[in-house]
Amino acid sequence: MSGEQAGAGPMATDFNNMGVQDMMKLYYSRLFPHQEMYKWLAYGNDGKHPKSDGTFFQRREFCFTLDGDIFVRYQSFKDGGEMAAALKDRCPSKIDIGPVYNVDPQRRAAYQGSGQGFSPLERELVFDIDLTDYDDVRTCGKEGHICGKCWPLMAAAIKILDAGLRQDFGFQHVFFVYSGRRGVHCWVCDERARKLTDEQRSAIANYFAVYKGQERGVAKLALSLDDHPAIARAYELLREAFEQRILPEQRLLEDEQQAQAVLAYLPNDAIREEVQRRWQHRSGSEERWEALVEAVEEEADALEVQGRKRQGGGDAPRAAGKAMRKALKDIVCAYTYPRLDMEVSKKMNHLLKAPFCVHPKTGKVCVPIDPDHAWEFDPDAVCTVGGLLNQLNSSSGGAVQGEEPWRATDMSQAVDTFRACFLDELQAEVKAGLAEKARQAAAEPTLAW
Amino acid sequence: MATFLDAGAVGKRPVLRDVQPTSRAAARSKVALSMYTDLPDGEIAIEEFERFAMDRLRVLKGIDDLKVKGFRPDQMQEKVIELYEKHMSASSREERQRKDVVSHFVLRLAYCRTEDLRRWLIAQECDLFRARFREMLPSEQKAFMEANELPFRPLGRPDFEEVREQLAAVAASLGQALASSALRRGDVPHDNYYKVPFEQVPDLVGGRKVYLQAGYAYVSKDQMSSLVVQPFRAALSKALVVTARRWAAVVAPEEADRLTPVVESLSQRYLGPDYSDPEKRGVVGTVSAGDIPRLVRESFPLCMASMYQASWALHDSHHLKHEGRMQFGLFLKGIGLPLEEAIRFWRTEMAPVAPGEKFDKQYLYNVRHNYGKEGNRKDYTPYTCMKIIGSTPGVGQVHGCPYKTFSQESLRAALARLQVAPTKIEEACNKAKAGHFQLACAAAWEGKHGCACDTGINHPNQARACYYAESRRVLDQEQQAAGGQPGGQAGAAAAAAGTGGQPYTPGPQTATRQLQNALGSNGPQPDSAPAKMQRVG
Ligand code: SF4
Ligand SMILES: [Zn+2]
Repeated sequence: MSGEQAGAGPMATDFNNMGVQDMMKLYYSRLFPHQEMYKWLAYGNDGKHPKSDGTFFQRREFCFTLDGDIFVRYQSFKDGGEMAAALKDRCPSKIDIGPVYNVDPQRRAAYQGSGQGFSPLERELVFDIDLTDYDDVRTCGKEGHICGKCWPLMAAAIKILDAGLRQDFGFQHVFFVYSGRRGVHCWVCDERARKLTDEQRSAIANYFAVYKGQERGVAKLALSLDDHPAIARAYELLREAFEQRILPEQRLLEDEQQAQAVLAYLPNDAIREEVQRRWQHRSGSEERWEALVEAVEEEADALEVQGRKRQGGGDAPRAAGKAMRKALKDIVCAYTYPRLDMEVSKKMNHLLKAPFCVHPKTGKVCVPIDPDHAWEFDPDAVCTVGGLLNQLNSSSGGAVQGEEPWRATDMSQAVDTFRACFLDELQAEVKAGLAEKARQAAAEPTLAW
Repeated sequence: MATFLDAGAVGKRPVLRDVQPTSRAAARSKVALSMYTDLPDGEIAIEEFERFAMDRLRVLKGIDDLKVKGFRPDQMQEKVIELYEKHMSASSREERQRKDVVSHFVLRLAYCRTEDLRRWLIAQECDLFRARFREMLPSEQKAFMEANELPFRPLGRPDFEEVREQLAAVAASLGQALASSALRRGDVPHDNYYKVPFEQVPDLVGGRKVYLQAGYAYVSKDQMSSLVVQPFRAALSKALVVTARRWAAVVAPEEADRLTPVVESLSQRYLGPDYSDPEKRGVVGTVSAGDIPRLVRESFPLCMASMYQASWALHDSHHLKHEGRMQFGLFLKGIGLPLEEAIRFWRTEMAPVAPGEKFDKQYLYNVRHNYGKEGNRKDYTPYTCMKIIGSTPGVGQVHGCPYKTFSQESLRAALARLQVAPTKIEEACNKAKAGHFQLACAAAWEGKHGCACDTGINHPNQARACYYAESRRVLDQEQQAAGGQPGGQAGAAAAAAGTGGQPYTPGPQTATRQLQNALGSNGPQPDSAPAKMQRVG
């Protein structure tokens, strides 16, 4: 195979100057973790276990984007070997993962219109969060931009999703990937998640959708006066993220326009004027925020005292006090609550870019992110295909016999994260599940159904 | 489950059954509400078959109308029950039950054949089911759940105590202050709550109306109807798919001259002809790329007009993102713009940002995709208002329903640009502010066309209650009245129509249509307005 050829032996090229597409051949033959990808997507159905489903992997759709933005949908492979061969041979600039269908998607035509039909049966639950959706709250850049200052927005999103998916929905096999440019993908791989209907997917997406877009100049938020426990948990985390990272790093209250946008969330003009009065001698984002919080809380306290004093006079002032305090929540959530691309999550047959793809423009690898270290993740330091090939190049003398070549590069850390945060546990569960199936089958004297 | 009429249960032939009624079935037959798992007993005359189905359709249509008018499920309870009482009553309890079951199964047959029909039927049937369940006494509800083996068990005390605080918090978040403090005080019995896998109550999960922990949803007794409607919806949706297959494979060919015509006409009664397919409507090719600017001015609803007019939106590929292109592109397809013209249109519009080859590379696929010529070759149908209103644009995006997303000032400006009469602009803004987006849209329509919009708006461009087709209908009439002057603004319709808040006296055409809508008569009426809508473009 030509890829093997080119990858062997020391090379004089500096890969930092080579086009990404030209490097993909080497990437797929030397660096891509084929084994791990197959182990994940086979979910134990690798033909080795008697109770495994030998057709499972073959029924999964892959979509390749080939040079020149040509989408090739409905690709499928018998096993990991066949998939690896196809990747090395065709070098897609992007791999998308689709659902597992009832039949091999390559042979779908034979089933369309037949009694059986051609339909998706299962698919991981996925989420997509993109920094472009935060352009109104980013001061460091817009659109394709990403930097350490806006990353905390993504880190917060990871934290909220991770907590909700695990604690509320009880999912265990969740992993996050850097999307290669300016966002994050999340994959939920529990069997229960894979079997969700579109309606159930929409429900979960909506559960997380506190931010509902922009309306009349301010963020529309699904928040009530009293918090649902999930919102209370999220708010605690977000308030800290907002005060410690986002507010100072984005310098949110320093420019006039941004400051006005924040004030728009306060319930009335009186409090807005009061805050502005207090801001006159303060210019830093943090001190201005402190002043705002103080003013709001004093006002809320006053309203509540008033409410208590008024005998039997209804609780309008108390409600007003609550609404006053809620404004703080509104601000924090408007600026930090995860803004999901809902459409991606709602449909079983939505395609999503696979982990370990290489972004064709930046050359960055879509590496897994450890949610426990989401805050420290540095999008600027993500390994690039060029950098990896350079590492491979300089280490190629010392490669251990029989070991995958990428072990000698930073890819090894990416794969380790993938295994430690996700794959190892998934495999253990899948194995236990298959063993349990085998045990039950042995114990069952007849086919009762 | 053997589908009803599988081998011809109608007429003089006996119903074929593969199972004998069990004691469960006997228990089920004692409860008024049904999950419709059992086929109707005995024979059904074809006249009965049709009459029962028509009566049920009146109920379902009534429910749909309520929703179009902006009623939320929790506000419709009384009205739905009223509708049901009015149309589904019968001489005895048994008769009533039989009518309920038979009519349901007939409508399954009539509405199983396309995705759109199925979706419509499921939506209305679920609302009906929910209302009927809520109407039952607690003891009846219990009997119903037992008879249908619905596996819901109340929470035990220890489980309840563990989550009581959180349940109180959820109640508070829903604005139920009393329930919340009762929970906090310990005044709520533990068996007021059920613990179920979250998958069973997607509506409650999506609305954050339940407490979730480790994959379980804690559902209160008041929310029970959501819980029960779920298995109902799932079973119905599955049954419809099965029925569709059997219909095509077995029933339709065998019953081609007897049942098929009845069933097919039933499915068209209320939804009108199959509007999802412009080809079938015969409108394909009636619009060309060059007509679009004029049609935007005359007949596009605000959601589409503003997407077109905010030309930066179209011209900047970033802002008119995928969602927007779908919403707008499918609309154009729906009004009869053929694929070649669509390509021409988009090529011109995108030329500033994506000239020549770049367009072919980046957008051609999407345009063809909308027409089912790429990808999974699904023939996408234009979005309904519900869907458009439900989508919320992110920063700088312009899709969605402007009555919902625009600020009052921008809305006022946009309507003025669309040349809507000032009084109606006010009305539309007020309705929008109150959250009645489709009513706002109807007001704008009225302010633009100078006559009453008696169908309401629930689709930008298909079926009945559609902004575009209603607009073309009225304008074409005007044109005829004005002797064929294109775009003639004077005219009979404006003169005949009431202005402002005055009540509108329907002309002969709309009277016919109203009659038909109310289903006073069933026969085909070739001259009525809906039929005419097919021909206009
Ligand atoms: S109500 Fe429907 S047709 Fe009117 S603007 Fe909104 S989405 Fe468009
Ligand atoms: Zn940045």
